[in-house]
Amino acid sequence: MDSVDSVFYSDRIGPSSNPLLDQLPSYQSLLYRRKPTASGSMKRRGSSRTRVGSSSSWKWKGEKVEERPKTTSLQRPVREQPKTIEEKRKDKELRIEQDRDLGSWKLWRQTTRRSLRRLKEDGLELLSTLQLWRGDIHVIEGMFGTGILSYFSFLRFLVLLNFVIFLLMFSFVMLPIIIAPRTLANTTFNIYDGSECSEYPSTSRRGLVVFHQYIADLLSGTGFLEETYLFYGYYKVDAIHFPKFTYKLPLAYLLVTIAYLFLSLIWIVKRSASGFKRNLVQDEDRFQSFCNKIFAGWDFCITNETAARLKRSSLLYELKTDLEEERIKQKIADRTRKEKCRIYFLRLVLNLFVVAVLAACFYSIYRATIYSQKSQMEPPANFILDLIYEYLPSIVITLANFITPLMFTLIIQFEDYSPAFEIRFTLMRCVFMRLASIGVLLFSLWSQITSCSGGSCPCGYNHELYPCWESRVGQEMYKLMIFDFIIIGAVTVFVEFPRKLIVTYCDCGLAKWLGQQEFAIPQNVLEIVYGQTICWIGTYYCPLLPAISTLKYFIVFYIKKMTLVKNCRPATRPFRASSSNFFFLVVLLIGLAMACVPVTVSIAQISCSQACGPFVNYTTSWEVVPQTVSQLPKGLRRFLFALASEAFAVSFFVITCLAMFYVIALAGAHKRVVDQLREQLAMEGKDKRFLIQKLCQAQRTPARSLGAQSHSDRGSQSQSGAQNYCSPEGVLLARPSVSATHV
Amino acid sequence: MGNKQTIFTDEQLDAYQDCTFFTRKEILRLHGRYHELAPHLVPMDYTNDPDVKLPLALIVNMPELKENPFRSRIVESFSEDGEGNLSFNDFVDMFSVLSETAPRELKAIYAFKIYDFNTDNFLCKEDLEKTLNKLTREELTPEEVVLVCEKSIEEADLDGDSKLSFADFENMITRAPDFISTFHIRI
Repeated sequence: MDSVDSVFYSDRIGPSSNPLLDQLPSYQSLLYRRKPTASGSMKRRGSSRTRVGSSSSWKWKGEKVEERPKTTSLQRPVREQPKTIEEKRKDKELRIEQDRDLGSWKLWRQTTRRSLRRLKEDGLELLSTLQLWRGDIHVIEGMFGTGILSYFSFLRFLVLLNFVIFLLMFSFVMLPIIIAPRTLANTTFNIYDGSECSEYPSTSRRGLVVFHQYIADLLSGTGFLEETYLFYGYYKVDAIHFPKFTYKLPLAYLLVTIAYLFLSLIWIVKRSASGFKRNLVQDEDRFQSFCNKIFAGWDFCITNETAARLKRSSLLYELKTDLEEERIKQKIADRTRKEKCRIYFLRLVLNLFVVAVLAACFYSIYRATIYSQKSQMEPPANFILDLIYEYLPSIVITLANFITPLMFTLIIQFEDYSPAFEIRFTLMRCVFMRLASIGVLLFSLWSQITSCSGGSCPCGYNHELYPCWESRVGQEMYKLMIFDFIIIGAVTVFVEFPRKLIVTYCDCGLAKWLGQQEFAIPQNVLEIVYGQTICWIGTYYCPLLPAISTLKYFIVFYIKKMTLVKNCRPATRPFRASSSNFFFLVVLLIGLAMACVPVTVSIAQISCSQACGPFVNYTTSWEVVPQTVSQLPKGLRRFLFALASEAFAVSFFVITCLAMFYVIALAGAHKRVVDQLREQLAMEGKDKRFLIQKLCQAQRTPARSLGAQSHSDRGSQSQSGAQNYCSPEGVLLARPSVSATHV
Repeated sequence: MGNKQTIFTDEQLDAYQDCTFFTRKEILRLHGRYHELAPHLVPMDYTNDPDVKLPLALIVNMPELKENPFRSRIVESFSEDGEGNLSFNDFVDMFSVLSETAPRELKAIYAFKIYDFNTDNFLCKEDLEKTLNKLTREELTPEEVVLVCEKSIEEADLDGDSKLSFADFENMITRAPDFISTFHIRI
């Protein structure tokens, strides 16, 4: 191999001294910003456009270097070319001159396009100054890099999402109720038929109320809060008759619920689309990881010396971990059968243990919920104790979510996976634990609501204990949210600050063992996804919950920023920006999927309460829709029935499957083509080197060719062939060489 | 404020806006930064295109570049003479390519130039070793350095010549998802 490559090595540092190599088009693709050298490359530089390599994303393909582009509409914008500014200016003026030769229509199109582009840029600049927290996030990026930045921009996204959901809920459900008395509208309220199901004893406090009772009510949503717009039970309007049309509130309520779930889905998917594509491309576990770290590892945004030092050490750590992983992979490949059996058995046992731990946690949540519900039925004994019983499910969930990650990180060390897989697997377990605990809470609530003393429930739910069960569920969600917020604040104040004080001022063994707090991104992300899931589930029962959630995340941003800046150092295990964005959105999607289940079940399955809420006249909440549809005009009704019929559903399913198979087949075909092209590329490289070596050998033997000129008649064919091949651009084949004698 | 400035003519600002990824305000701000690097050298009035170049040593001490291990190479790649002396045009061009809105392909071209220490249009093993040593400040053992460089070349080299040409590099960088977000300087 060396003899072939010796052509490329030059004795001194600098551009290759072989003029043949300099003239290859691939060398010309990289223009150095040098003053014109003697090799005459200046002329080329001035008139040629840069080759863009193999990327096919440009519309302008297949352009030969010597030709001027005929149509200006296919050109790349001037500023995306790798030239000096003077050259770009010249290019721009050249283009403007070219445009003058065009017809007036094309000229007009060009100028409008340019001015529109400029307008768009100015508009975007204005919008970006309006972006929330731009300055704060800039500071964080400079100090901690892009990994933590992605957490904070995720938080900002959630604030916006919650605000939009609140606006949706407010404008379609609350606003009509509020403005109806002020306009000429006529509101009809729900009719209570006086049966036992529609009895709703008022829960507002009577008589002399002690002050701390108000605080307890505020924290648990009972008492004076229960009969406000905060909860489902207060919406008693059946329809609002405006002069022109009738606004049916139950329908609006239901449709807004479906709409906000849909909106969240679409927004999240849109945000994750780019990350999704990238993650699909990287289908292997450690694809190209060394190159990524060397060439895209250093974060050019870092301006802080401490951050730079930490980034360096984290890169070092990453590289060492990768090398370690290579060694482990080798070790795994070398495992004997006996060892494999042992490992699998151990993994099975540990997984069963994990399942047992999860089951134990879920059972304790279940029991805590039931106990809490039962104790709420009895009159309160003591203010503090009462609050504790109310918050018992939240306390148990928080404790479980605190202990189980520690346990999981301990267990996974014995399972002997590769480090990257360990992190991911632990994370998945924690995600499952967090989100499933909400589900268990709701399930235990549901079992309480639908279990009656006499066996079957006359109203479909336990109307004695839960005259308005939706408000009750709303209260539980409200409590979860408040408690989550309190915990975030309390952990910051009571755990992280003292830790920082101990580590800074105390020089004991405890300080060294604790170490300075690291901003653990995965756990923080799980925390806010948990809060968001509560919000999604709870908005159906507690329409003002998104507003509370917006406020909560707004404050959490400042709390987290403060703790980051004052207490934390960046994580030694770095979290890559690209994959982290994708990871956050995937976890959020899992949360959304989990949130849809209880909402769907309660809309479609559980009978809504007869004593309160907008759906008094229907058995389940979903019934509003069929009723409304039956009142629509005939054509529209037919169309909607057709959409919901089996024929349509089956054919839609079949078509979707076909489309999916087609796309998968296409992807497979592309992959095969990519592999083939890669082989071809390697072969072409070898060919090129071989040919250049031959040419240069031929170049180096001018002396011998003198003697061979006598054979020129015989070898004239091959001579001219060789000459024609080498003649363009002044190759230094001064004399025709008889290559036949030198093979 | 924009109408009263006398640093650039309107045509100059237009040209800058078309040739870079900056807006007029940002160009003026960049001029301020350039000026404060050497107030006695850089004139406030650029309407007649003065030929002023700042040396490498002044530019690499900017706060945005100070902590960057590749700061000398970055400045050298954008200078006309390859020694790191930047005129204002080169200065603006540098930050334009490193800005958020520059496309990946353009960044890839310049990244290749930056990492190519011996400027031979190839990223050979020595270039990679120098890059790695600058990144880690030589805290890896020599064997580890060699191993990492070998693995990188193995991952990215397509035509089998055990060094990376621009085509190899670009192909690799399109599959590096972090590249766009890390190859970016905020100014």
